[in-house]
Amino acid sequence: MLFISNNTGAKMETVKITIDNKVIEVAKGTTILKAAKEAGIHIPTLCYLHLHDLNIENKPAGCRICVVEVEGRRNLAPACVTECLDGMVINTHNIRVLNSRKTVLELILSDHPTDCLICAKNGDCELQTMAQEFGVRKIHYEGEQSTYREDTSPAIIRDVDKCIMCRRCEMMCNEVQTVGVLSAVNRGFMSVVAPAFEMNLDHSECTYCGQCVAVCPTGALTEVDHTNQVIRALADPTKTVVVQTAPAVRAALGEEFGMEPGTLVTGKLAAALRRLGFNYVFDTDFAADLTIMEEGTELLDRLTRHLNGDKDVPLPILTSCCPGWVNFFEHQFPDMRDIPSTARSPQQMFGAIAKTYFAEKIGVKRDDMVVVSIMPCLAKKYECQREEFATDGNPDVDFSISTRELAHLIKQSNINFNDLEDEDFDNPLGESTGAAVIFGTTGGVIEAAVRTAYEVHTGKKLEKVDFEELRGMDFIREATIDFNGLPIRIGIAHGLGNARKLLQDIKDGKSSFHAIEIMACPGGCIGGGGQPLHHGDSSILKARQKAIYREDAGKTIRKSHENPYIIQLYEEFLGKPMSEKSHHLLHTHYFDKSKEIKVVE
Amino acid sequence: MANIKLSAEKLDELKAICKSFKNDKGELINVLHKAQGLFGYLPAEVQEVIAKELSVSVAHVYGVVSFYSFFTMLPKGEYPVSICLGTACYVRGAEKVIDEFKRILNINVGETSPDGKFSLACLRCVGACGLAPVVLVGEKVYGRVAPDGVKDIVAEYTK
Repeated sequence: MLFISNNTGAKMETVKITIDNKVIEVAKGTTILKAAKEAGIHIPTLCYLHLHDLNIENKPAGCRICVVEVEGRRNLAPACVTECLDGMVINTHNIRVLNSRKTVLELILSDHPTDCLICAKNGDCELQTMAQEFGVRKIHYEGEQSTYREDTSPAIIRDVDKCIMCRRCEMMCNEVQTVGVLSAVNRGFMSVVAPAFEMNLDHSECTYCGQCVAVCPTGALTEVDHTNQVIRALADPTKTVVVQTAPAVRAALGEEFGMEPGTLVTGKLAAALRRLGFNYVFDTDFAADLTIMEEGTELLDRLTRHLNGDKDVPLPILTSCCPGWVNFFEHQFPDMRDIPSTARSPQQMFGAIAKTYFAEKIGVKRDDMVVVSIMPCLAKKYECQREEFATDGNPDVDFSISTRELAHLIKQSNINFNDLEDEDFDNPLGESTGAAVIFGTTGGVIEAAVRTAYEVHTGKKLEKVDFEELRGMDFIREATIDFNGLPIRIGIAHGLGNARKLLQDIKDGKSSFHAIEIMACPGGCIGGGGQPLHHGDSSILKARQKAIYREDAGKTIRKSHENPYIIQLYEEFLGKPMSEKSHHLLHTHYFDKSKEIKVVE
Repeated sequence: MANIKLSAEKLDELKAICKSFKNDKGELINVLHKAQGLFGYLPAEVQEVIAKELSVSVAHVYGVVSFYSFFTMLPKGEYPVSICLGTACYVRGAEKVIDEFKRILNINVGETSPDGKFSLACLRCVGACGLAPVVLVGEKVYGRVAPDGVKDIVAEYTK
């Protein structure tokens, strides 16, 4: 028996295989696909998805693109699920294998629309790339094509004619997010991925987190595109168009222009938005600082009441910046909707302040102002359409477009993004601190809150603003922060499945946290459903996360309550955090959206 | 808030079925089988309850219901008519028998007549090939059915 040491020093059992004439030794249980990767051999895959750093894997062995020849076996074996056995001889690229793969791909394409030129995923589609790499010039199989109605929701479009049944979306929706909206239904040629009873997404419990869109290899799941509405607003001389951009966008947008993952493009982003014709180029980070003022005050208020013996005060307090998360608890845990902070998300705080405080300042009527947000998120599209965030039918945020949509808009407008000189955001709603930018990653919101809450509560200056114990990619993290003798217990979860675990603990009375941060997407907003597609490479998310912390470290002001324009906003307009005006403009309430089984006599 | 309607009595019976399988999600198909026995079909409400009891998503339950042809979401008629389409029945003209039922009842296969009396379904070999073509109405078996005999069968139940 063979053994090799893994990095913990323990010995593990291994097997010896021959792959493309190369003899290698791999741990027992390793799939052929992983063994090939270790040997530097690329086997093409389509349905398979592995987000290594997040421990997310999809391997239904459905598409059969990854087949290889195993000597002594009659049929080709799917590399993604076949485990290496001792002595196995594997051919990954002989003529039989290549022909089979091409045949499989042609069969998939025979039931796929060929409208690539006008498809939203044109140029970013894994099926298209594969057809190109395989050199498919003719589809030898003609037959019936399955058709299904298109389903448009406030944020996501399902066009299942383009679905190849890879089941990645189903895995994300069920196993990672535990939302359980998508499932394969019907049988054979008629099978599609759909919500229960084939209802439309907007009737389901979909949170619009967009993780299905983030992993879809084709154009079957895409975002609702709002760029044309934005172009129309920009072209209307009667409108003052104000733009805000979320923290995670600056750490990812560069990828769309060929830059290395983790490149920060904050300055180019501001410059590009100005070139596009926005009248005021602002930053959602400003509103993130504002969120900390409101949410941090709410945390301290609840904590103080709790310490003074008030048994009715709901603890832990849960963050409420993430609209996917808000949708999740409104559907799945409506009886606990008094626990999350009532603070609106930064996007909505920005909209509310822009259309009141700022509109008054520049003397523009609410109806003549259009607020556009650039978000890494698809749930934001739904959030800005919620009725409670509108005044007389006029929404606080008119349109929310994703990082991907912004990249398209910049390309359409003939702007040479890579050569743009860095520019700054406008003031007053463009100034922000390091605490705001880390809102873009898991752990960031709570770290920002701690920086402010610590100083407000203790009256002392925080010597070290970096809280390494709150950072990282582990799905559920916990830490205790010493507030001058008062231990504050903090929980962090990203991915809704992990959020569910923490929520269930609270429900069961097993939670001892004072505050919990939740972000719906794995990695937080850096891994949002509106970001440039990672195509299964989770190192991209890590690079974005590092970039976010780099931006924070480089800021002169790193605590929200020290933002001079936030101080000015309170002095001139809001009064103090949780004032009546703040409540009206910056806080919200939640709804019970659960289904109830009604008994009729 | 979407509301689901189910009588208290039926709801209890359905929950008892789930409980008899220890609310085990691995027993979903068995639970659905029993539930269809109780209701005659599997309306959305029933699937919602089963999903909740077995802690699985409704989409998953619907996925299973829509996959297996045995499960139906349409209520069956008072007299469910099933026509065998096994090889023997098929070659002896079962298809013409179906067409005649469709014409007389004015419904398609898988449908139920508006008055709720008849529903039409196809099935595979009932093991009575010597009697082909075979038609079942409820539990009663009719053998060697010819298209012109269909109206007499229907008449038996419309008296």
